Amino acid sequence: MSAASFSTSATPIRVLVAKPGLDGHDRGAKVIARALRDAGMEVIYTGLRQTPEQVVNAALQEDVEFIGLSILSGAHTAIIPRVMKLLEEKEMDDVRVVLGGIIPDEDIDAMKRLGVAAVFQPGTPLESIITFIRENRRDREIS
Amino acid sequence: MQVRPDRSRTLSGTPVEKVYTRDRLSDFDPSADLGDPGGFPFTRGIHADMYRGKQWTMRQFSGFAAPEETNRRYRYLLEHGQTGLSVAFDLPTLMGYDADDPLAAGEVGKCGVAISSLADMEELFRDIPLAEVTTSMTITSSAAILWAMYLVVAEKQGADWARLSGTIQNDILKEYMAQKEYIYPPRPSMRLVVDTLEFGAGNTPKFNPISISGYHIREAGATALQELVFTLGAGVEYVKWAVERGLQIDRFAPRLSFFFDVHSDFFEEIAKFRAARKIWARLMRDRFGAKNERSWKLRFHAQTAGVSLTAQQPRVNLVRTAIQALAAVLGGAQSLHTNSLDEAYALPTEEAALLALRTQQVLACETGVIEAADPFGGSYFLERLTLDLEKGFFEQLEKIEAMGGMVTAVENGYPQAEIARSSYEFQKSIEEGRRRIVGVNAYVEEEHEPIPTLSIDHTVAEKQSAKLAKLRSERDNAAVTRALDNLGRAAEGDTNLMFPILDAVRAYATLGEMCDVLRGVFGVYSEQSAV
Repeated sequence: MSAASFSTSATPIRVLVAKPGLDGHDRGAKVIARALRDAGMEVIYTGLRQTPEQVVNAALQEDVEFIGLSILSGAHTAIIPRVMKLLEEKEMDDVRVVLGGIIPDEDIDAMKRLGVAAVFQPGTPLESIITFIRENRRDREIS
Repeated sequence: MQVRPDRSRTLSGTPVEKVYTRDRLSDFDPSADLGDPGGFPFTRGIHADMYRGKQWTMRQFSGFAAPEETNRRYRYLLEHGQTGLSVAFDLPTLMGYDADDPLAAGEVGKCGVAISSLADMEELFRDIPLAEVTTSMTITSSAAILWAMYLVVAEKQGADWARLSGTIQNDILKEYMAQKEYIYPPRPSMRLVVDTLEFGAGNTPKFNPISISGYHIREAGATALQELVFTLGAGVEYVKWAVERGLQIDRFAPRLSFFFDVHSDFFEEIAKFRAARKIWARLMRDRFGAKNERSWKLRFHAQTAGVSLTAQQPRVNLVRTAIQALAAVLGGAQSLHTNSLDEAYALPTEEAALLALRTQQVLACETGVIEAADPFGGSYFLERLTLDLEKGFFEQLEKIEAMGGMVTAVENGYPQAEIARSSYEFQKSIEEGRRRIVGVNAYVEEEHEPIPTLSIDHTVAEKQSAKLAKLRSERDNAAVTRALDNLGRAAEGDTNLMFPILDAVRAYATLGEMCDVLRGVFGVYSEQSAV
């Protein structure tokens, strides 16, 4: 083991990958989940058709640092505000939300204003997603 | 380190040699493996004169927002030379929820047109004579209900059901495998499919009650061989279930239709279509004992690969689509959809949709590829690819049969896991530079030039909900309740559900109301979500 393994940054990053809404196109969500896992993260995949309440509850129970939401159907404008509001209500503002899928350019600013940390549009290399997550962890105390 | 692109494999990973000669075809028997166009085993196509006798149907998949908007797009496409309609429904419709259901929030009219009742269906086909067009409807879990709505609209237009021509997708097995828009568990869903096959055989002799679909399987990440295995494997399963119901094979098999992806590997795709026809002909004649030649013929619709479209340099997608469309035509497709260049971003604009249609028209009018049937027949390379796909298919089919057939394989998550594995492998090959995609990891441009995209009117959900409220207050609600009660009782028994569904549709029961009844009887399905 390298010395780095003992620093805080070496505790595995826990990520919840979720697919809210009615859409069943889960190719992207599954590829991302595998890639994050292969990059050493602990990944919990919720499966399909999760309501915002289910997503936030899973994030709470699994004690994740990141929620990755995959939305391809255009429903992000309805789903993201609900997820962000629930996180606020449950005082989970240490959890960072990243969004991937078919998100039009003109919606990106609105998503960021709602508190989404990053939006990954079609064609984003897996490596940039992995790097973003690694570089944007919030410092957590070791219990 | 510079990674050398892996040029010596097909898109699906099959090794390709430098050159193919006669020596590579020692196991090839032209009379048994090839035959003539229009003759068994139909490797060279299902018609002797192929496109000279009947050109493929140019069928652009389209649907968005409220029925009125989609109706306008249909009439636009028909005016510009499109020859068949193809309806895209929104997610609530696919999942059997009305537009005013809380679960439909944010989804109404987004990925297709919103249809909650017969009233919406009447609006969708306003001024389009259903006896004269052919209509394909991409609907599966709720297919029986949407088909019933279509039939009632035709009935009201005075069109004879026996003259109606078109297709409903209705391929539930691929939902569990790939598209994941399932509602009920696999076995009651299979019963609904067999109900539609039975109903179709007796009432709508020119309508395809199923389109057994590899498209979604391929788009979810399968290889060309996996697309063949899981699609034709599903076909075998439907035939087995229908025969068990007591349907005579030649009564329903001529109306089984297929739907494949046409991806970027030009020769592999042509070989896939040829192998599919040959495999199906052999299965139907030799295994199931079909006597009618029409039962042996695999007819298919093809759609260019949505998954191959890139967000980067989106105009290049026009080139990809044109080459894929050429492969579909050389592979003998009966019907074709060409994707629009803007579909990595959104549903297509009218301009992009027209350009996609024009791509097919250029192929048909200007290139000469429609003149001779199966022009690549006898090519050492293509015949080798075709034989290898066929062999691979029968090996894999045996494996699935050993598991207990496709329904059991699906319940155990086997195709799902295989497809996920292939899709991850594919993504890694791009990330590692072993496979090159223009604009993604080759010839990358830093500048991102935006293209115009279609945005959906955000008031669609509100408008559709208001229509539903009005419908519920104006219709004969006692008749609706009676029809829904009948449907529930029929679902508990084993009579064909198409008849009680038609009655409920005529009474203006909504899609959500009918699906709720069936959800109550059949239960709902959720998959084990392994990564």
